[in-house]
Amino acid sequence: MEKNVILEIKNLSKVYESKGASVKALTDVSLTVNQGETVGIVGESGCGKTTLGRCVVRGIDATSGQVLFHTEDDGVIDFLQTTKAQMKKYRKDIQMIFQDPYASLDPRMTVFDIISEPLRYNSNLSKREIEEAVGKIAEQVGLNKAYLRRYPHAFSGGQRQRIGIARSLILQPKIIVCDEAVSALDVSIQAQIINLLEDLQKEYNLTYLFISHALSVVRHISDRVLVMYLGKVVEFGETDALFANPMHPYTKALLSAAPQPDPDAVIDRVVLEGEVPNPAAPPSGCHFHPRCAYKTARCAKEAPPLVEHGDRMVACWNCGCCSEAD
Amino acid sequence: MITVEKLKKNSAKTPADEAKKSDKYYYASQWSLMLRKFRKHKLAMVSTYILLFFYIIVIFGNFFAPQGTEQYDGKYVNCGPTPVHLFHEGKLVGPFVYGLKSERDPETFMNTFVEDTEQIYRLRFFTQGEAGGEYKILGLIPCNLHFFEAEEGGKVFLFGTDNMGRDLFSRVILGGQISLFIPVVGMLLTLVLGLFMGSLAGYFGGWIDTVIQRMVEVVRSFPQVPLWMALSAAIPKTMKPAQIFMLMTVILSLVSWPDLSRVVRSKFISVKKEDYIMAARISGAPAHKVVIRHMIPSFTSYIIVNMTMSIPSLIIGETTLSFLGLGLRSPATSWGVLLQETNALETIMFYGWKLIPMIFVFVTVLAFNFMGDGLRDAADPYK
Repeated sequence: MEKNVILEIKNLSKVYESKGASVKALTDVSLTVNQGETVGIVGESGCGKTTLGRCVVRGIDATSGQVLFHTEDDGVIDFLQTTKAQMKKYRKDIQMIFQDPYASLDPRMTVFDIISEPLRYNSNLSKREIEEAVGKIAEQVGLNKAYLRRYPHAFSGGQRQRIGIARSLILQPKIIVCDEAVSALDVSIQAQIINLLEDLQKEYNLTYLFISHALSVVRHISDRVLVMYLGKVVEFGETDALFANPMHPYTKALLSAAPQPDPDAVIDRVVLEGEVPNPAAPPSGCHFHPRCAYKTARCAKEAPPLVEHGDRMVACWNCGCCSEAD
Repeated sequence: MITVEKLKKNSAKTPADEAKKSDKYYYASQWSLMLRKFRKHKLAMVSTYILLFFYIIVIFGNFFAPQGTEQYDGKYVNCGPTPVHLFHEGKLVGPFVYGLKSERDPETFMNTFVEDTEQIYRLRFFTQGEAGGEYKILGLIPCNLHFFEAEEGGKVFLFGTDNMGRDLFSRVILGGQISLFIPVVGMLLTLVLGLFMGSLAGYFGGWIDTVIQRMVEVVRSFPQVPLWMALSAAIPKTMKPAQIFMLMTVILSLVSWPDLSRVVRSKFISVKKEDYIMAARISGAPAHKVVIRHMIPSFTSYIIVNMTMSIPSLIIGETTLSFLGLGLRSPATSWGVLLQETNALETIMFYGWKLIPMIFVFVTVLAFNFMGDGLRDAADPYK
């Protein structure tokens, strides 16, 4: 399959300023996403996953950097610096599914109004056409059409997430940012929603940015995985390769912390020392060095760039040291 | 056996009924959910009915009041309440009052009124009496129909009379027109001011927020009563009651907007961070649509609660001002004006009935508080 780049994120940074302190939620995050693939974004809470997702959809404004969107007619637009007309045209191409199916639906609107809202801002469809479109999408995500006149409080978490998915799909976007889209759900419901997302991806050739802390889910759904630590990308590569052979010490620790379903499996758990540093005052050099078992003098002084190592990108001065140790 | 039958009966009722019930719940909008919750608050429901009753009586005040504001009878000064009887010497006569005899207390030399059981005056209902005088229904349709009146020659003073021989019952009702409506009009003005300032502060933040918050703090740190007094001292004494009424609402709302503006501001700030607001923006909603369709509906219920809760302080405010003689003046009347007469020791000693208007202030304020309480519990049906 030929890879068509659909989204390029270049040096995206987000700094939260408050009195006396600035918190770098994202520092120079770069990645490319190909059409039709799923890129998983993992990391522990507070590492900037959600901020990344929200900056991409312009839910919040990034401080600097570019989000280059490759349009169908081979044009490239910077999603963060569009004109009003461009925004109107391309906003619908990047949509989002939210983490909390309870907070992300306006409780005062009927399900029909919630799902059809994006259409009303982005198209000139008649009432009848809107009704048809909503009915079609509702069926596709597995919602009973009879339920459309109900209010969100009538639904369970899984059904609500289906409503959220229907809302994000109704504009027929190219890219969907799934921000912890299944984390708030029961495991059995998670499986249903993941299957639904996969089916929809096949049908519409969707591209997913799948943000999650659940490694097993990410491993299952992603083609490639991006690992973040304290606002920076530490490793980015093909899912299978990355899970089989993590090249960054943090990735290794993160993966080893994931629960194993097999009770007899021998887990070689890497236990990290210390805590996640305060993002308002990150450590010098490599942000990970105070907790790293393989650190050298250089790590404390200079921040390692994200460079290609074989089949993936890694940001580590001593890349591969941890995998060699195995 | 009984329990089994009961169970059967219950189970026979449940499936269809339950489905209907849950269906209703699923299709319920925010407001019907609120109503369901509000109905469960007994005290609030009772208070609501009491308030409804008060407002209906007051709106048709001239009909229910036997006398107008300007009528007085020099013969019956400081007369106590005249009880309404049903039986005369063991025989049912229907509602009637006895005649009144004026007597002088041999010890205190005070004039008191006693019932003269020789004379019987029946109460007549829906009378076209001249005694009550003409009035206009809702200020529009001229009418002289009155709810009740004693027969020719008789006097009925349910709450007694004041020191000019005016019927207190009528004055409580007619005073209620002012005392119950100044707060409502004042609250609407408060709402406009508070909503405007609060949404400016909450939506824009930054220096606008800072300026407005400092203003709020300044206004709030004034002691209320002296501030009211200062403002109302500026009202010219020669003004008509209607103009004074308007000015008083303005004064009251100038002092009470900060609370509401704070509620609006904090709601704006908290709602701004909700996921569904971001969802709306991501789906391409322009800013004004986000505010109108999502943000304002999310806190209207809170504003209603806050408005209800702020009425009591406005009622107290009006009563206080009028009591101090800075609000309305006789013959225009309000509950505060009526209470002016109570600031003498002799009133409490000899003319206890003159404190009756206080009961109405008390009950109204309590009822508004309880209703506000119920509304607050119901305000967010999703939590």
